[in-house]
Amino acid sequence: MGGGLGYMRYELIRTFRERRLFIFSFGFPLALYFIIVASNNARAEDFQGLGISFALYYMIGMASFGTMMSMMSSGFRIAGERQAGWTRQLRITPLSSRSYLRAKVLTAYTLAALSLLALYVAGATMGVSLPAQTWLEMTALIAVGLLPLAALGIALGHLLTVDSTGPATGGIISLLAIVGGAYFPPQGVLKEIGELFPSYWIVQAGRVAVDGHAWGVKGWVVVLGWTVVLTLIAAVAFRRDTGRV
Amino acid sequence: MLDCLAEHASPTQAGPAVELRGLVKTWRTPRGPIRAVRGIDVSIERGETVALLGPNGAGKSTTIDIILGLAQPDGGTVSVLAGPPAEAVSRGRIGAMLQTGTLIRNLTVRELVAMAASLYESPLPIDEVIALAGLEQAAEQRTQKLSGGQTARVRFAVALVSDPELLILDEPTVAMDVEARRAFWSSMRRFAARGSTIVFATHYLEEADANADRAVLMAAGRIVADGPTTEIKARVGTRTIRVTLPEASVEALAGIPGVTSAERHGEAAILVCADSDVAIRALLDRFPAARDIEITGAGLEEAFLELTADHGELEPGTAADQAGAPIGGGR
Repeated sequence: MGGGLGYMRYELIRTFRERRLFIFSFGFPLALYFIIVASNNARAEDFQGLGISFALYYMIGMASFGTMMSMMSSGFRIAGERQAGWTRQLRITPLSSRSYLRAKVLTAYTLAALSLLALYVAGATMGVSLPAQTWLEMTALIAVGLLPLAALGIALGHLLTVDSTGPATGGIISLLAIVGGAYFPPQGVLKEIGELFPSYWIVQAGRVAVDGHAWGVKGWVVVLGWTVVLTLIAAVAFRRDTGRV
Repeated sequence: MLDCLAEHASPTQAGPAVELRGLVKTWRTPRGPIRAVRGIDVSIERGETVALLGPNGAGKSTTIDIILGLAQPDGGTVSVLAGPPAEAVSRGRIGAMLQTGTLIRNLTVRELVAMAASLYESPLPIDEVIALAGLEQAAEQRTQKLSGGQTARVRFAVALVSDPELLILDEPTVAMDVEARRAFWSSMRRFAARGSTIVFATHYLEEADANADRAVLMAAGRIVADGPTTEIKARVGTRTIRVTLPEASVEALAGIPGVTSAERHGEAAILVCADSDVAIRALLDRFPAARDIEITGAGLEEAFLELTADHGELEPGTAADQAGAPIGGGR
């Protein structure tokens, strides 16, 4: 059985065969990145006084979009599995809840990692050049910033139907992308609102390149706070979801 | 295969495969509570093949959910393979085909069976499961491209991949045509021959008769009959006399020898008979004006519905008395 490793393997196979997913978590952010960077003053080394280049800012901006979509795509899969009766089928196997949820989270992170990698490569071709240490720190911060979205995807998958996960996920990601600054750096009130959401801190991970301290205490509190709250909601949703759909 | 047979034929633990005592379950819904199971006592021995027979809403699926640990009873006790359901589930000793019609997408049949197998410590070989379920032709096809009958057989394969001691099938043939049904039941009997305990829910009396040793008849959350399928069949295998006879009261008609119940539809009366030969002689004797007489061997389905239909409205006390009625007794 190997702690659900076999299960995880087929989860990945299944996920990678869902072509539509790649349009949103890879194709869309990549295309948008090239359009934005190529059509603007891509040479700006200090974008809006943030201390980072235009190309780097939007690399992380678009990566936040693609990775958030990757994380929340588990919601689509879970809702579909529930509708097919597969979730109930799994509950009558020895697969533990822990292994099940771990597979969901790891599958989402695998997709997010590929999405992130694609944007890094795109960024490099557009002139983003950073020390290895900075790439790693940035990646680690983004990975932590995505934790609340891993929980949110699972929660929505267990709470909503197949038909409603699409609009819900699309709406939530659009809002998170805007307040987080994926499309433009938020200022004034919007920035203050944005700071309360994890997407803002994912985009801020790009500032590791400047001072090495992209997140202050506030960033960690917001990200971990959302993680705890959404994990609790996901846990309750998962536990209560034993009925026929 | 022989190893498994030997293993199942001499169970390591004594006791029945399933034991339900005083089981009660009420679902809370926005439209008010539904008392799905209203006091069930049943014991299923190891190696038995038992049909859980009843119309929609009889409480079959709720009972199955409780046996599988997917629902918690409000009252009563449930023991599966001499322990709580969760323990039997976590040890991979139960397999089940639940009452839902689709499969997860983007895997081939073989991959899906292998995925299910990966969840157990000692599953059956994938090829053997595919052969048992009759899926050799479809093994390399994607799950979203299968017919209804093939889909059901894949779900059957997933249910038996762990070589379960207890296999539960909740209305397995709902999505199948006649040919697929025949193929499915022959697969099921092949698996039953290995010595596993099998419980299947159905609302087809023929399926119960052809594939089970014993039928537990449920209606409105209670057991209304429990015994060998031959006895259940004899009990519900009644005939019906339809007669145009405006002047006779329902009470008078019901009092005719051989008639178990009577009801009136305008000028016509329908008499359900335990013995239609006796009834028709007495009917013509007492009511010479009777005309347009038709005698039909009540289809088994109709007779079965007849037997179970009334229980929804009964007061709890009355129903409890009925639940204890011996098979073959009058109504």
